[in-house]
Amino acid sequence: MANIEPITGRYVHLGIEGRAARVYFEEAGQGIPLVCLHTAGADSRQFRHLMLDEEITSRFRVIAFDLPHHGKSNPYVGYQDEDYRLTTEAYDAAIMAFCEALELENPVLMGCSMGGRIVLHMAGAHADYFRAVIGLEASDHQQPWYDTDWLHRPDVHGGEVCAAMISGLVAPQSPDEYRWETLWGYLSSGPGVFKGDLHFYRADSDFRDRTHLIDTTKCAVFLLTGEYDFSCTPKDTLRTATDIPGVEAEIMEEMGHFPMSENPAKFREYILPVLKKVARL
Amino acid sequence: MPKKTVHGGPPAAHAIEHLADAVHADAGLVHRGRYVSLEWLWQIGETPYHINIRDGLIMELVRGPVLMRSFTFAIRGPVESWERFWAPVPKPGWHDLFAMTKDGRASIDGNLQPLMANLRYFKDILAAPRTMEDH
Repeated sequence: MANIEPITGRYVHLGIEGRAARVYFEEAGQGIPLVCLHTAGADSRQFRHLMLDEEITSRFRVIAFDLPHHGKSNPYVGYQDEDYRLTTEAYDAAIMAFCEALELENPVLMGCSMGGRIVLHMAGAHADYFRAVIGLEASDHQQPWYDTDWLHRPDVHGGEVCAAMISGLVAPQSPDEYRWETLWGYLSSGPGVFKGDLHFYRADSDFRDRTHLIDTTKCAVFLLTGEYDFSCTPKDTLRTATDIPGVEAEIMEEMGHFPMSENPAKFREYILPVLKKVARL
Repeated sequence: MPKKTVHGGPPAAHAIEHLADAVHADAGLVHRGRYVSLEWLWQIGETPYHINIRDGLIMELVRGPVLMRSFTFAIRGPVESWERFWAPVPKPGWHDLFAMTKDGRASIDGNLQPLMANLRYFKDILAAPRTMEDH
């Protein structure tokens, strides 16, 4: 008998900031909608392990979509003449268009890295809609650690350099199989996509002006960051947490910047207790 | 046989002495560097090492300083940074070149294009002493 996973993948047509987008998403499970946001320059495959975890899918409808330009979501029509740049406004619009199209009721929003950054904005901007947000490797601001111009230029292979730049963000303890699966997302990313996402992450998402306004009695906030993450450091996360009354923040040992994909078994130890709390909200 | 440093990695002198053997023992690493032919400088503490590479192989490794010798780019850091970096399981902050450059524990200068175009290759060379068992 064929070993077929319970994950299903489909396409939904959205309007994002007035532009047509054919967006790919995967899902598994039933119950509280848990919308997952991939990291910059990657795609929804990062969340496949959560979708195969019956302890999660028995209570949550786990859904992950590829932003336009990522994974199996094509770029917008006309991309060939544009410089792709993600903004807070566009990211917010994509998430809301997706959730509304699927008619999700009070979903939980979980994002990693740039996905973790945007959930902090969403917790404030859409507090009545989202039941809770979970920020993985999330902070309201962080110090840049390299020049993103290296990520997209003709004399350096974009996929190879993106993967080699971020390879050290995977913890040394993470299994090789999952380290290299995580890096494949970067190796196979479209040209300029990682750089374009980092426009949001570096230049358009200093949320230090708004995190203190988050009302966690309306939208609960949970933060989980790996100790080996030198991009969004544990310090960045804990500093962010001090500005959000009622937030729960934890540092994950022996974990890097991609917890759900680099070490699924270890991540489970940290995310299950959070999801238990979320289910009780 | 030199002992491990307090941080768990090989002493710098041992690491450099056996660098070429460690790199050449990894056929995949040499293959990934097959388009690399240049001289770069690895500064470990006060000592610069000129490393000449041709087609991914280390052809010459010269302990400096050498007066007026050119190099394409340099990667520099204190002895402690490298010995922590070479630990079998490095601590957070010492586990990656860019973790160290972000925190001022290492630096990079010169013409970075060949480095960035072959980044995995050079990061693997930097990490090669981690695989040295005879320390």
